[in-house]
Amino acid sequence: MIEADGLTKQFDDFLAVDGVSLNVQAGEVLALLGPNGAGKTTTVRMLTSVLRPTRGRARVAGYDVVQHPARVRAAVGVLTEQHGLYGRMNAQDYLEFFGQIYRIEKTVLRQKVNQYLTTFGLDEARFRQIGEYSKGMRQKLALARAMLHEPPVLLLDEPTSAMDPESARLVRDSLASLRSAKRAIVLCTHNLLEAEELADQIAIIRRGKIVARGSPGELKERLLGLPEYEVRLAFPLKSILSLSKDRQRHPEPAEGLSQEQRHPELVEGSPQEQRYPELVEGLPLPAGISLTSQGENWFRFRSEDPLVFNPRVLEALVARQWPVVSLHEVPRSLERVYLQAVQAGAAPDDLTEVADA
Amino acid sequence: MLEKLRLALVITRRETRDQLRDWRIMVPLALLTLFFPVLMDVTAQQIVGFVIKQGGASILYERLIPFLLMVVGFFPITVSLVIALESFAGETERRSIEPLLDSPLEDWQLYVGKLLAGMAASIGASYLGTIVYLIGLKLTLNWLPPPVLLVQILILSAVQALVMVSGAVVVSTQTTSVRAANLLSSFIIIPMALLLQVESVIMFWGLYDILWWAILGQIVLAGMLVRTGLAHFNREELLGRELDAIDLGGSWRLFKKSFAGQARSFGYWYLQEVKLALGRLRLPIAFMALITLVGVWMGMDIAYKIPLTQGVYQWAKTAQDGMMLESFLKSNGLLMLMSVLFIWLNNLKSVLLLSFLAFFSFGVAGVIGLMVTLVVLGVLTGVAAQAGISPVLFATAYFLPHGLLEVPAIVITGAALLRLGTTLVTPAKGQTIGEAFIHALADWAKVILGVVIPLFFLAAWVEVLITPRFAIALLSIW
Repeated sequence: MIEADGLTKQFDDFLAVDGVSLNVQAGEVLALLGPNGAGKTTTVRMLTSVLRPTRGRARVAGYDVVQHPARVRAAVGVLTEQHGLYGRMNAQDYLEFFGQIYRIEKTVLRQKVNQYLTTFGLDEARFRQIGEYSKGMRQKLALARAMLHEPPVLLLDEPTSAMDPESARLVRDSLASLRSAKRAIVLCTHNLLEAEELADQIAIIRRGKIVARGSPGELKERLLGLPEYEVRLAFPLKSILSLSKDRQRHPEPAEGLSQEQRHPELVEGSPQEQRYPELVEGLPLPAGISLTSQGENWFRFRSEDPLVFNPRVLEALVARQWPVVSLHEVPRSLERVYLQAVQAGAAPDDLTEVADA
Repeated sequence: MLEKLRLALVITRRETRDQLRDWRIMVPLALLTLFFPVLMDVTAQQIVGFVIKQGGASILYERLIPFLLMVVGFFPITVSLVIALESFAGETERRSIEPLLDSPLEDWQLYVGKLLAGMAASIGASYLGTIVYLIGLKLTLNWLPPPVLLVQILILSAVQALVMVSGAVVVSTQTTSVRAANLLSSFIIIPMALLLQVESVIMFWGLYDILWWAILGQIVLAGMLVRTGLAHFNREELLGRELDAIDLGGSWRLFKKSFAGQARSFGYWYLQEVKLALGRLRLPIAFMALITLVGVWMGMDIAYKIPLTQGVYQWAKTAQDGMMLESFLKSNGLLMLMSVLFIWLNNLKSVLLLSFLAFFSFGVAGVIGLMVTLVVLGVLTGVAAQAGISPVLFATAYFLPHGLLEVPAIVITGAALLRLGTTLVTPAKGQTIGEAFIHALADWAKVILGVVIPLFFLAAWVEVLITPRFAIALLSIW
């Protein structure tokens, strides 16, 4: 649906976009992330044939953006950063105006206008002047305009930025259903949670270049390392370790004693606490696992191959009668990935290579 | 095609409705449509009453009433300028243009849609005002204009609107703020004011037939302005955020760079850069050569329509007689060296004046001005032929020596002016309209400095010192 190869845009002596390559299939959402002025809008404008690429080429919905600009624009629905509404018109007239421009047949247009106004909760305000609308209402109307002609490709710039949580959810659900309907969607956003929720692919653009690209999982793995897993235990780790040692010394458990009575050396502030690193060594972790951090009743580890090693970890813990409450992957935010990618430390070529692989 | 035009009209409809909802447009339009024509009716009545009371010439009101008809039609048209200036620049400033630019509309559809939107309301108001004025005249003075004059005025109003709007839309597409567009509007207001004065003279002289030419001229001008607007319509620039500041320093640097080209010495510049500039003028030079022939032919054609007077025969007698010619030239001081400077400076003055006019007329006024010289040459030759002098002998004796230098100078000047004009109506790949114009201006400067000025100097020298002696000698031999 969208294929861009080495798209470059130079404005006089300013290189706005530098060799951006993208590939978005039908039914895929690509989130284009990046700081302000990174080149997201310029990239989108080249994909809508409004800006002519200085170098590189792109095909959208099967049409070359330079050779067939009108066809490209007919196949694309665009939500721009500035919504471009006419304050003296009402929503009904506004959508009908754009429907005519997109050559939607009159009766179909009426149906679609009704459908979108209802979907986005603008039905009751349809005859009010747009100038009186709230920011969120305007954004929903602009989104309705972008979707009105049911384009196979949608390029959306901050589709939920001005919306209340309920409206934002509504829009995200709409986008999810559009993805199911095999539309290709490019989402420019600063809302990383939204990107993570909706996007199949993420491309992080910085100073006109894509510095990282891939699925959210791939990016996290690449930029933040292997996933971390956390084991939560019923009792504090130190007491369990101590109990394990006791068991080795006294095979019968000392029933009826409190934790402190049984393991006075583990009381907070005791000299044992100073030997904490040694306790780590006492954890029953198999090879291929590296401990990353630990707390009072939990520890985290990285696993080279979770499918193979995680069951072994669990097996070892259970064999030693450790009171395991849960084992789960530690959630990692896209924000960390994003910040890492846009900060100077990120090595673009290296990152992109992995994403391509 | 009709379907495509229909899409353009979708834009026109929306914008016109938008204007009708805006009291800032509607109030002046209503005043100019309803109040102003009534005021003009009262004025007409007062003038008629005054003239009758004073026993004055009825021609005063016979000419004034049709003139007021034109004024009534024109005033609402001025509103179209404001609307059109705002058409692209306003939307660009409000950032509402982008959804339209993202739509599948082709450039011309967007352009024509907005062009018509700029005219629709004001032409409607103009015609309504005209009707109000005519009703008033019929009721008070029982006068109605001849149908042809009414048609002329109605067409003239529409054409004036078209010229103003097409000019304003060009301005609007080349600016990114309404303020900048308004500042540039003087480029439309001043020529329109001059045009209106010319039309007023035509109306007061009662030369209504000439109005057709005014209409035709304005249609051609509007066509060129539309072509200019379309040629330089650029979605990319409309989305640009550049401030509309006049970069005189940057323009001067570009001009210098283009003027100097690759030259590192005067010799190189003269032999290479001027030659290259002339090469770029090949096509306009060919066109101007054709214009030269047409001009001479037109002049001769005119000459045959002029009845010869006794004075012409006397002139012809002098022109044929070498002795008489010599004494005439000597007595008028035409063989003096000072005349060289006079002729040369006079020609340079003409070149500069015509270049100035060419800037405002896509080069047309410049070419027409140069053509006049050739028409005069043709008239003189034609008159001489009518008076019994061989046209070949006359042209050879009086024009050939300096003409060999002066005519190429005229042709090259016209070609450079044409190039300046056509630059404005031709899309320039990878250049802004300003950059393309500066390059054309640099070429103009190169050929004027490098070729035309020296040619005119030599021509003036030959005209004073060689042509008369050549003519005297040739006529004595003949």
